[in-house]
Amino acid sequence: MEKILLKNIDNPNSADINEYIKVGGYGSLSKALNMQPKEILEEVKKSGLRGRGGAGFPTGMKWSFAIADPNFPKYLLCNADEGEPGTFKDRPILEKNPHLLIEGMAISGYVLGSEFGYVYLRGEYPYAKDVLNKAIKQAHEKNYLGDNILGKGIRFHLAVYQGAGAYICGEETALIESIEGRKGQPRNKPPFPVNAGAWGLPTIVNNVETLSNLPYIVEAGGEAYSKTGNKDCSGPKLFCVSGCVNKPGVFELPMGTSLRDIIYKHAGGIKDGKKLKAVIPGGISTPVLPADSIDCAMDFVSMPKAGSMLGSGAVIVMDESVCMVRVTHRALKFFEHESCGKCVPCREGTEWLRKILERIENGKGREGDVELLSDVAGNISGKTFCPLGDGAAGVVMGMLKHFRNEFEEHVKNGNCKFQI
Amino acid sequence: MFNETVLKEINEIRAKYPDRRSALLPSLYIAQREFGWLSHEAMQFVARTLNLPEAEVRGTASFYAMFKHKPVGRNLIQLCTNVSCMILGSEGLLDFLNKRYGVEPDGTSGDGRFSLVIMECIGACGTAPAMLVNTDFHDNLTEQRIEEILEKYK
Repeated sequence: MEKILLKNIDNPNSADINEYIKVGGYGSLSKALNMQPKEILEEVKKSGLRGRGGAGFPTGMKWSFAIADPNFPKYLLCNADEGEPGTFKDRPILEKNPHLLIEGMAISGYVLGSEFGYVYLRGEYPYAKDVLNKAIKQAHEKNYLGDNILGKGIRFHLAVYQGAGAYICGEETALIESIEGRKGQPRNKPPFPVNAGAWGLPTIVNNVETLSNLPYIVEAGGEAYSKTGNKDCSGPKLFCVSGCVNKPGVFELPMGTSLRDIIYKHAGGIKDGKKLKAVIPGGISTPVLPADSIDCAMDFVSMPKAGSMLGSGAVIVMDESVCMVRVTHRALKFFEHESCGKCVPCREGTEWLRKILERIENGKGREGDVELLSDVAGNISGKTFCPLGDGAAGVVMGMLKHFRNEFEEHVKNGNCKFQI
Repeated sequence: MFNETVLKEINEIRAKYPDRRSALLPSLYIAQREFGWLSHEAMQFVARTLNLPEAEVRGTASFYAMFKHKPVGRNLIQLCTNVSCMILGSEGLLDFLNKRYGVEPDGTSGDGRFSLVIMECIGACGTAPAMLVNTDFHDNLTEQRIEEILEKYK
């Protein structure tokens, strides 16, 4: 498959604007500015592009809501707060192909009628910040950003906003709160950001990977784009594989590639000749799948049918030596730490779950603890302000569904037979 | 108070956003860079510079994990122990850091050389276990590699 998102990244100077231009970079922006914004919007709709941040919302539809809003200015925010544990797919774009993102944002700004874009970059990516700032400066100098882009009278400015270590800021309304200089706590919806987002104005929040598809969609057309992947979920997808595999890394593959192929064909299979035990397929917030359930297509439509979610495409692979109680305990430590504290079921529930898991893990589990885990998780699920709580509950429920006996044995025996 | 150069830097940041409050996180980063951590006084400076209530500055600063509310050592080790790093041994590396350098999570070594914090995923899962030392990424960590790497941070 032709690489769209990771094109040219093997070139050690791929982040430099001249190298990007050499392989056709900014050609799509030039083409786009000779088209009408609504023509491009039609191509985006035809492409079937869905948001790559995890929710999979159709990008063209999201955009049309913001375009229909009569208020100006409109803001374009790029969600580069890649915080979902297991996820490192946006990092190669940010560090090695920043101009692809900048070109995608400039095109998007033109379509949306937005003159200001911000990249909300997680604080944990200091190197990406330097790369992006340099790339933005270069793009200004070459007139791909600024007040009169390519002499066409189009204006678009871009700046990087550095987050400061809060997972919740990947949720779009929390991201908006954060860029406004507040605690990153999610907002009530409606109103949706497309109508009342940053500074009360129409705002589009799109993931790094989503925006990086735009240059190709403009270049080749929506229909050509939609031929990669499958009918309901098109295009290329970045899958990042970590854990007990021979060749961990980021792979650009058609949407809908099977989870088995991702693990065995692309990531080189399980390390040290061990057996596969379980996979967290889409980042830590997605329910675990046991080894016999990996013949599923990794896309937004098929994964829920398989009992999990595509999430960010972050595949965490665990072999037979890994203890599921320990993994669940670590996951809940994360959710407790990252809960923003705004709503009770998440704030109290994640702490409670972590405490129960901690005592089970430490050999002090009590009779009835497994039922209690299930009960607490059930009382978080669907009752929280934003999906963070659902993610935490889903992890526990998924683990209990497939590995309940491990939790019960831990309670009964005080320990387990696993090395990790 | 901040010196003229820093005030100018903050004003340039303010100009990029429609509202002055947006300069809060960047200004807190600048204050942290200038003073090493966010003392009460440093946050007061930020509040005065941006004309924001001190309580809101403190509330916001305390929400974000990367703002430090006590002095840190000369070098900050930020080790990830989330699931991908954990299953490849990062918790053992915590013990090693404690034994070899006398530094515990949220603590500083006696000689002030290192502070350590546990990170919730730094996006280096494919090359786990991983850490940031100050702003540098280091991955594929083993005890031996940590020793070699930390040699450079005095």
